[in-house]
Order: sequence, then structure tokens, then C-alpha cells
Amino acid sequence: MIECKNLKKVYQNGDVETVALGGVSFSIEKGEFVAIIGPSGSGKSTLMHILGALDTPSEGTYFLDNKEVSSLDDDELSQLRREKIGFVFQSFNLLPRTTVLRNVMLPLLYTDTTEQERSQRAKECLVYAGMEEGKFYNLSNQLSGGQMQRVAIARSLINNPAIILADEPTGNLDTKTSHIVMEAFQELHKKGHTIVLITHEPEIADFAQRIISIRDGFIESDIKKS
Amino acid sequence: MITTDILKETFWSLSANKVRSGLTILGIVIGIASVITMVSIGQGAQNSIASSIQSIGSNLIIITPGAQRGSTVNAGRGSAQTLTLDDANAIKAEIQSVTAVAPDVSKRYQVTAKGTNTNTQVVGTVPDYLSARNVAIDSGTFVTDQQVKSSAKVAVLGPTARDDLFGVGADPIGQNIRIKNIDFEVIGVAAAKGGSGFANPDDQIYVPLTSAQHFLSGDIFVSTISASAASSSAMISTQQQITDLLLRKHNILDPQAADFSLVNQSDIIATASSITGTFTILLSSIAGISLLVGGIGIMNMMLTTVTERTREIGLRKAVGIKKIYINMQFLAEAVVLTFFGGFVGVILGWAASMAVSNFVPQLQTQISSSSVLLAFGVSAGVGIVFGFYPARRAANLSPMEALRYE
Repeated sequence: MIECKNLKKVYQNGDVETVALGGVSFSIEKGEFVAIIGPSGSGKSTLMHILGALDTPSEGTYFLDNKEVSSLDDDELSQLRREKIGFVFQSFNLLPRTTVLRNVMLPLLYTDTTEQERSQRAKECLVYAGMEEGKFYNLSNQLSGGQMQRVAIARSLINNPAIILADEPTGNLDTKTSHIVMEAFQELHKKGHTIVLITHEPEIADFAQRIISIRDGFIESDIKKS
Repeated sequence: MITTDILKETFWSLSANKVRSGLTILGIVIGIASVITMVSIGQGAQNSIASSIQSIGSNLIIITPGAQRGSTVNAGRGSAQTLTLDDANAIKAEIQSVTAVAPDVSKRYQVTAKGTNTNTQVVGTVPDYLSARNVAIDSGTFVTDQQVKSSAKVAVLGPTARDDLFGVGADPIGQNIRIKNIDFEVIGVAAAKGGSGFANPDDQIYVPLTSAQHFLSGDIFVSTISASAASSSAMISTQQQITDLLLRKHNILDPQAADFSLVNQSDIIATASSITGTFTILLSSIAGISLLVGGIGIMNMMLTTVTERTREIGLRKAVGIKKIYINMQFLAEAVVLTFFGGFVGVILGWAASMAVSNFVPQLQTQISSSSVLLAFGVSAGVGIVFGFYPARRAANLSPMEALRYE
């Protein structure tokens, strides 16, 4: 499913070179629930950007669903993100003052689907992500943090993606809500979705089935729970 | 699907942020409305100055009798009595480019009416005087050809003379005034022209030319002849034709010895055109500054609202929407905002200049289509460029950079 070989990312800032990733290789199989954990500055966010096709590596190769990603241009990356990747962000990133349903339908804009299909699929995804039906037409800024993240999860599911990438999905939530959201991810995992979770909290990483620790741009450990 | 999606997104995006859209539209509305109103006021002022100058009669040629050239003592110009009604009739009959000829007999008299009296200029003249001298009638009628023929004892009062004799704003029509102990019936009041210094055209009384000759001056001569040329370009040739005609009629061979002289208003025309020129510069500056200020306002609004939405653009990119659709949506939003704002701005500007005309009657504002087009064009251009450009820049960022943008 995911195949990384010797991924490097170097940021050039004037004369100063910052090495964010020093050469990372691993692979993730279909249906796995992987947590990538590391302190801030470890390079986990850079890794997540590359995995999410939001950025390309300076060196190395990245195959997603047998497709080489590192050489794609901006529009091809957009296409790939739309078809293969569902994002869940720390700060939810919902469109403000817009209904829950329209937020979930956002990735379907400018595709060949009709309005009915879109809202049908959005409703299915919302139910799937555990959202109450009564809130579908609420505005996004009237929701609680936990509800917002459910909407974001529903949005990530709408294109039936190969992987779901969650970047610190519990970073803005209290412990109780965090656990509810993480249980929702475990639920998705049980249904067969591939999930990659980025976090700095070991407690959150524990919900996953496999934990990859990153430190200073290199993999420190890669532990699979039985 | 793509077009309807872009239209729907534009509509949703604008209506979901009513305050933001409203403020942007307000900026555009004020920019456009202020340009249109300022220019219309300026143009109205220009027109009102031009018409004030026209009211004197800018194509007017005044023929005055020449000086008495005696053996030893020369009297002043105009002191001789050489012009007659005949001369005036000949000018009117023979010179094509003259539109109106008005001989007059003018002298100051003590005029009385029901216990009041005043000393004022009494002008004996013909109906053509109205068009030659740009006199308008406020109420009643002016002297008619019939009354000139029959030497009727009727009078038309200038507004100042009316105020002095009958009181401010009174209706004197049908009452009698007494000039040189002869009763004249008031048949009309002239409209105010505004004082012009020493010779106030409002402080006059008009009577038929023949009546003035028979009852007041007692001779056949006229004081001056006013001739109105068809256009300002025909002034010089008309003046030459009148000179030739009068020399011939008076049997004078040497033009130097002419017993009359012509005065035209070319000085006034020159002054008028320099005032108009100054006004044109003033107008362009007002329009330019208003456009600049309006344009900067629109630019600010657009730049801030679109920059504020960099995160939204990042999100759209992250979920896989292609750059071109993001660009198209923001372009569509900018077009809708500027056109809607522009439309409202034109209407508001139009209403504002109507209101100015309404509350300040002496200033009739005039909306020029070029100012509407210019204001609309510049605002739309600025709005679209500064609505589209930052959106395009944001869409070119990597989605992560755009998402992290604060």
C-alpha cells in the first residue's frame, strides 16, 4: 500500500540547510493502523506531508498504491489527494459558517457527480463517522470540538480513500473527547480502512496497532503490537 | 457541472460571509458613487458658469453711434445721433448670419407708481431684444410687434425695478406706472439675470421702441443696436458685413470716418473659455483623486479578505481541488462583488447627484456617461485584479504552507 525508500527532505533557507528527514524507509500494508510518534522537530510532520502528497521529498521514492508520487506535479498531486488520501487535521479545518453537509461534500466539487449523489454519499459518511442526523444542516461553527472532528473524518472518507492521514487529530480536544475520536478511528480500522496517525502523545499512539517512532529525521523504532 | 459548481460555490461563499461581502461591496459602492457624484457636481458647476456667461449674450454685437467730429472739440463716442430704426431693419433684412436685431432707445428717467418712485433705465425696444440680450419673461408678456407699431403705452418691468416700485415679489401686472408724466400699463415682469456690476440688467423698464421715441426722447434716433450672430465663429464676418452695410447706407466712403462703431463680446468669450478650461482641469483632478482613493479602498478590501482566506484555499487544495478551479472561483467572486458593487454604486451616485440638484437648485448636476464608465471600469479592474491575484498566489503555495498561514 505504502512503500517508502530512503526518503530525505532538506529545507533550504538562505545559506542554511535544515535536514528534516535524513533517510526514512518503511512500508505500510493495507488495513494497518499505524501511529507515527515523535517530539516536535523530529520530522514527523514533514513525513506526514510527504505521505499525504502535500509535499514531495528531496530524495528517495514513495509509492502509494503502486504509484510513484515523488515526481508528480501540482495538479497530479491534487488529483492523487482527492482519489487516494483522506485528511483529518488538528485544527479541523472546516469551512466556517457552512453547513456540515456542504463541508463533507467539499472534496466532490468539480467532479462528475450530481448534487443528489454528493449529498447521499456525504450523509452516508456522516452516519459512518458517528454523526447525529439532526446536525447535518447545522453550521460548522455551531459544533463542539468532538463533532467537528467527526465531520472532518466524514469528509476524509467521502472519496473512499486508500489511506486516512490524521495529523494530531486530538491536539485540540480534551481527554474524554480525544478518546471518543480515537475510538472512532479504531472503529474505521476494524472496518478495514488503512489509517496513519501522527501524534506526539504516547497515550494516543497506543490506540494504534503499530507505532513508528521518529527522532531527528530517522526512524528510532518500529513496533507492531500483536 | 464545473460551471454550476463554480457559480454555487461563489454564491455560497459570498452569502456565508455576509459581513465580509457587504463591506467589500460597500467599499466599491462608495468608490464609484463618489466619483460619479463629484464629477456630476463639477460638470453642473461648469454648465452653470457657462450658462451665466451665455446669459449676457455671448454672440452679441453692439452697434453704437460714432463721435461728433467737429472742427475743434471732439465729443465722446456714442454722443452723436446717427443710428435709426431703418438701419436696424436693413441689418435684419440683408445680413443672413444675424439671428436677432434689437434697436433700443435708452435713457434714465424718474419713474413713479402709487406713491413710490425710483430712477431707472427705460429701454424702448422691439421683441427681438429678448433673444439678442437673453432676457426671459417671468410673468405676463414682453412688448409685441403690434405694440411697437401702435406706440402702445405699455411697460415690462425688470425684477429690481418691480421690487423698487411695487415691493418685493409683488404682482404689478395691470397696474400703471408714470414715466415723464405719461401713464404706462405694466404687462409683464422679466426674469432675474443677476446683477452684473454697474449696469444692472434687472433694474430696467422695457417699453415699445416707438413709444419711447414718441413720448420720451422725441426724435427718430436709437441709442444702440444689438445684433446677435448665429454662432461665435460667424462673429467676425457678421461684424464686417454690418460695417459694410452701414457705411453704404450712411454714404461714407472712408471706413476711418465711420459715424458708428461696433463692439463685440470676444473678450467675454475668451474669458469664458479660460474658465471652462480651468474647470476641465479641476474636474479631471477631482475624478482622478476620487478614483485613486476609491481604487485603494477596493484594493485594501480585496487584499485583506482574500489573504484572510489563505487557510481556506489551503484546505481546498489539501482535499484535492485543482488550482485552476480555486482560481476560477475567486475570480468569479471578485467579478460578482465588483459588478454588484458597481451597479449599486452607479445608482447611488446617480441618486446623490439628483439629491444635490434638488437641494441646491442653482447647481444642476449633470451625470456624464464617461465618468460612469471610468469609475466602473477602474473599480472593476482594481477589484478583479486584487481579488484574483492574492488568491492565485495562495493557490500556488503548497497546501501545508497555505493551511498554516496566519
